[in-house]
Amino acid sequence: MSDSTSTANGVIAEVHHEHPSYQRHHFESVDQQFDATNFAMWLFLLTEIMFFGGLFTAYLIMRNWYYPAFVEASHQLNIGWGTANTGVLIVSSFTMAMGVWSAEMRKKGMLILFLSLTWILGVAFLGIKSIEYHEKWVKHHVPGLHWSDSSFLNPASDPEVYKEYHDKPLAPDMAAKAGMYFFLYFAMTGMHALHMIIGISILTFMIFRARAGAYTTGHVTYVENFGLYWHFVDIVWIFLFPLLYLISRH
Amino acid sequence: MSEHNGQAAHNGQAAHNEEHEQEHHIVSPVIYLAIVLALLVGTGLTVWASYIDLGEWQIAPGLTLFWNPVVALAIACTKMTLVVLFFMHVKYSTKLTKLTVACGFFTFIALMGMTMTDYFTRAWGRW
Repeated sequence: MSDSTSTANGVIAEVHHEHPSYQRHHFESVDQQFDATNFAMWLFLLTEIMFFGGLFTAYLIMRNWYYPAFVEASHQLNIGWGTANTGVLIVSSFTMAMGVWSAEMRKKGMLILFLSLTWILGVAFLGIKSIEYHEKWVKHHVPGLHWSDSSFLNPASDPEVYKEYHDKPLAPDMAAKAGMYFFLYFAMTGMHALHMIIGISILTFMIFRARAGAYTTGHVTYVENFGLYWHFVDIVWIFLFPLLYLISRH
Repeated sequence: MSEHNGQAAHNGQAAHNEEHEQEHHIVSPVIYLAIVLALLVGTGLTVWASYIDLGEWQIAPGLTLFWNPVVALAIACTKMTLVVLFFMHVKYSTKLTKLTVACGFFTFIALMGMTMTDYFTRAWGRW
């Protein structure tokens, strides 16, 4: 028994060739390992597409059913803040892509800089989002918690929005459906914000690891795959922005 | 492992596996910069377009296509394509990754499309 074990180990030791410490033994090469984890990351992102896809589908169906309520509820959103947040998120995707480049080029200082910039922009996005959420709370536009139909029963009661859109009063049953818009608004932007919070948490961890010298020794898989996640969250916002803020202006 | 050793091991690996080493393409910062500028221009464009009434197309009585949401979604799809191809490196990825991404979008569009054709035609002919 002990004899055969030592023989087996001897065979393995012979076949076992030199490879970087970050390469797992069951992969033939670093590139095979990279491709396999990259594939796995994309499979995860596909489940995320389906997850957000359900929310987007619900939004489109409800918008079609309760069109007048969705249009007037959408007029309550601030396009300035929405545009600013889109810009912030797009630039953060750029800094993340540059972070991946820095890791590939083995530039430790640059990697820490770009990861930190991405972190700051991510937090800035959440800051702007919280300003918007606060406004919804103040205006009683949080269904279930702090809700009132009055902005939709009597649009003139909200002079700031009224002077721009001149919305007509909605019938009580339709005005109540504005709550469905805001429910979906909070569900979609809230789920997006949760993804941002998870991303920022992982970024914090990565910045500390990068300072310790990780990711800049040729092993870029972690940074690359986190980048995929971050860009995916950016793409979700690229669709949320026009659907929630823009398409109901006319 | 020191940085020097890591470098040496990596180079050894590269020599061992040259045909694979070609696959890991490093995208240049110039491309990233061009893409981020295109994305910001697209954002400006979609906001600008939302302030203009682009009109509608009466396909049939009771069936109208509004151009504003179509333009907004077309710009969003273009932005998404740029992010997926360049920031997410799909343009430089293996065929397996390309196929995976394509399958994901196909499945999403099939599910979404079939759901929409159902819901949007339930009152067909009753208007």
